[in-house]
Amino acid sequence: MATDSATRAARVPRARRAGTGRWTELVLVLAAVGVAVLGYVEVGVNIDGKAPPDAAQYGAALGVLALLAHAAVRWRARWADPLLLPIAVLLNGIGLVVIYRLDRNPGSAAAPTQLLWSTLGVGLFIAVLLLLRDHRRLQRYAYVGAFVALVLLVLPVFFPPVYGSRIWITLGPLSFQPGEFAKVLLAIFFAAYLAAHRDALALTGRKVLWFQLPLGRVLGPVLLIWAAFVGVLVLETDLGTSLLFFGLFVVMLYVATARTGWIVIGLLLSALAAVGVGWLSPHVHGRVTEWLHPLASIEAGQGANQIAQSLFAFAWGGQLGTGLGLGHSALIGFATKSDFILATVGEELGLTGLFAVLLLYALLVARGFKAGIALRDPFGRLLAIGLAALVAIQVFVVAGGVLDLIPLTGMTLPFIAQGGSSVVTNWIIVALLVRMSDLARRPAPEEDA
Amino acid sequence: MRTTRPEGTNGGPDGLPGISTTGRRAGTFCMLLIVALALQATRVQVFQKDELDHNAANQRATIQRYSQPRGNLLVAGQPVTGSAETGGRYAYQRTYTDGPLYAAVTGYSSQTYGNTQLEGVYDDVLSGTDPKLAGWAVWDAVTRQQQPGGDVVTTIDPAAQRAAVQGLGSQKGAVAAIEPATGRILALVSTPSYDPGSFAGTSAADQNAWKKLQDDPEQPMLNRALRQIYPPGSTFKVVTAAAALASGVVTDVDAPTDAPYPYVMPGTTTPLDNDTSACNRAGLSLDEAMTLSCNSVMGYLGVQTGLDRMTAMAQDFGFNDARLDVPVRAARSNFDTDMNQSQLALSSIGQYDTAATPLVMAMVAAGAANDGQVMSPQLVDKLTKADGTQVQLMHPALHHQAFGAGVARQLRQLMVDVVENGTGRNARIPGAEVGGKTGTAQHGVDNSGTPYAWFIAWARPAGSTAVPPVAVAVVVADSQATDVTGGGLAAPVARSVMQAVLNR
Repeated sequence: MATDSATRAARVPRARRAGTGRWTELVLVLAAVGVAVLGYVEVGVNIDGKAPPDAAQYGAALGVLALLAHAAVRWRARWADPLLLPIAVLLNGIGLVVIYRLDRNPGSAAAPTQLLWSTLGVGLFIAVLLLLRDHRRLQRYAYVGAFVALVLLVLPVFFPPVYGSRIWITLGPLSFQPGEFAKVLLAIFFAAYLAAHRDALALTGRKVLWFQLPLGRVLGPVLLIWAAFVGVLVLETDLGTSLLFFGLFVVMLYVATARTGWIVIGLLLSALAAVGVGWLSPHVHGRVTEWLHPLASIEAGQGANQIAQSLFAFAWGGQLGTGLGLGHSALIGFATKSDFILATVGEELGLTGLFAVLLLYALLVARGFKAGIALRDPFGRLLAIGLAALVAIQVFVVAGGVLDLIPLTGMTLPFIAQGGSSVVTNWIIVALLVRMSDLARRPAPEEDA
Repeated sequence: MRTTRPEGTNGGPDGLPGISTTGRRAGTFCMLLIVALALQATRVQVFQKDELDHNAANQRATIQRYSQPRGNLLVAGQPVTGSAETGGRYAYQRTYTDGPLYAAVTGYSSQTYGNTQLEGVYDDVLSGTDPKLAGWAVWDAVTRQQQPGGDVVTTIDPAAQRAAVQGLGSQKGAVAAIEPATGRILALVSTPSYDPGSFAGTSAADQNAWKKLQDDPEQPMLNRALRQIYPPGSTFKVVTAAAALASGVVTDVDAPTDAPYPYVMPGTTTPLDNDTSACNRAGLSLDEAMTLSCNSVMGYLGVQTGLDRMTAMAQDFGFNDARLDVPVRAARSNFDTDMNQSQLALSSIGQYDTAATPLVMAMVAAGAANDGQVMSPQLVDKLTKADGTQVQLMHPALHHQAFGAGVARQLRQLMVDVVENGTGRNARIPGAEVGGKTGTAQHGVDNSGTPYAWFIAWARPAGSTAVPPVAVAVVVADSQATDVTGGGLAAPVARSVMQAVLNR
């Protein structure tokens, strides 16, 4: 990575000569759609012995969406990183296939709705690319955004809880998780705030032991924000989202200030919150017990709990998986299409398929970080890194939960899990990353003209 | 909001690392998070796989087992089992065409209570998971192609099986019939029997049927032919005679022996009693002693032969073998290896601690029939794929060469005389040569229990010099009859089983 600036200098003329990676992107996008179509066919062949009649429609729908998105990138972000869009299309496609497969279990169908939400997501992706020509404009709305985020987070308190968590807003047939949208607004706010105050946050304060502690008047607002968000989320008993926000906050704070003291404070605060919540909330306490002893309920003669069922599903998949449609993840009970969807991936696509999915997330995150580091403006750098970290932490919290690496918290796996708010938000995140990578990779403006 | 630092500055404030550095560190941290997930997934999906797959609360193995029709058990080319769609999570459940008739052969395959006997031993073949069934083992492992269940072709002769069941009727007992030249089991019956199809599923009715069978004092699910040992009584005298002949203690079956009367067992003051007064004289020949079933002579000859040679002969016939697999494992038949002479005398007439499964007593008759070559009993001819392609052929195997053809000829003569002139007359078959031995074994405290009635025999068409096509052992336990003797109760059953084979 030390040679980054040198290679960048050498790359510009070559990129101009050979193009901007748009053809690579087109080929990869079409390949991603192809993988999804193969997935639909496999589900049909494995369950009915023939290709499903609606595979062509699903494939065509996904293909049209992908090509529209590609056209928008070509038109308005021609220097963008050519890997971002194909990864998003592939992850979304895998998600649609797995949900389509899980629809074959008894219960209501979710794939058509998910395709509708994906369409809205791609629509917003295109809208962001067309309307937001420079990400720095977002800085202006940072505080407004933070306020909206808080409102969004408080709103569900006034709606009935779903599965023990007050994170849903239900309006007739529509329901969404405002926390999903809030996380983007929050990342924008953190990026703007930290870009503006990073010197003060980094330099002031006194040294305790080995750590340079920040000054009280700087620390104050930060603590206030943390308390506000975590407080709201604890009230809603949504441990996953609070963990996500807090992790995002600590990572961005560290990236902005390079102060390890922030990490220490962060760890102390989260430890405090974890102990407090675990002590106060029986819901969370139960999750921790299940995490430590996932098979205890079996030994106690009460049958397998969801974590145990999830582990059974992963194990049954082994290294190569049963093949789509041939697993038994329905045994997990509820939330198989949302919180536990990764268990179906693990069971039916095996460790191989799971590694492929994890690799896609790793690539998406790495490309986000790459764009952030290549950018020049601190706000953009922090925002790109923050959004990439958001994806990484969310994947870790969800996948770690269903794999029994950490306590289970109800959250959605980016792009793959059922859930409209989640898909739409993740398309916006990718749109922002595409926008910023376009700026990061664009040759100097006068050459571009 | 205005940024306080000029754009494009790479270094951080106060000489601290800039965002390029901290961003890379944070990126590394995020990659480590994903690596941690990959490691945990590997742990669960590779290293803990077996443990989790076989967890009692994991239904997947059971679902897979019943996801397709199970392979069948075949008797004389016809399936005696089947599969029925349940419409439930376990897609197919076992059916039996004639459950009680073949229960001792098939065992059961229940979604609730597991698999036993042939259903258990060949479960991998029947459920299609045995790698032998795969066409391209490696490719099938990659694609996880599930093979249709294979079939198990049994050695059972349906006519002999039916004859045994009908012969035992409502009595409690067992029959084992063997083809002496090969060891193929022709009939395996235990009564009272049960219908293994009655609890094949998971419903409440299945559970009630199971519970009823478990609570039945008659123990219908006990496989008496393979899994229960009984004192063999006088049928064991065939073993004693074989040992005496093979060791040279007796060379001429018609010559008077030096057996005294009364015979007081060594080290005791107790004479060994006979059931019939015809035995109560000294100097009987071996042939007379067998025909009349004389305890005093056979006990004496057993002691003369000695513990070591008696033990060796018993073991050649399958006694003391804890791993007698047909391939369903038979219970261990016992002949004590450490006894004083009076105990040996009692053991030589099938009493004391001597106890045998009907299967092993059928091996005794089969050994005599097959010139001393005791073949390993086997219940299965071959395994095939669903389309009938042979997967594995079972070859006849020698269990032990117990004695030579000369001794075998003498032993057969003794057994023929038992049927022609002695206690086994009820086993006579017109147009056939039949050799056998009766047994009536006392048991219970002070012999208070109803005696076990035994009969072991072989038969071949009259004038034939070929190896007899059938050897059989019958035990009737706890009959309602007032006069319980092997010749009276067991011999007719043996006769009808042998007749069924001879009439093929």
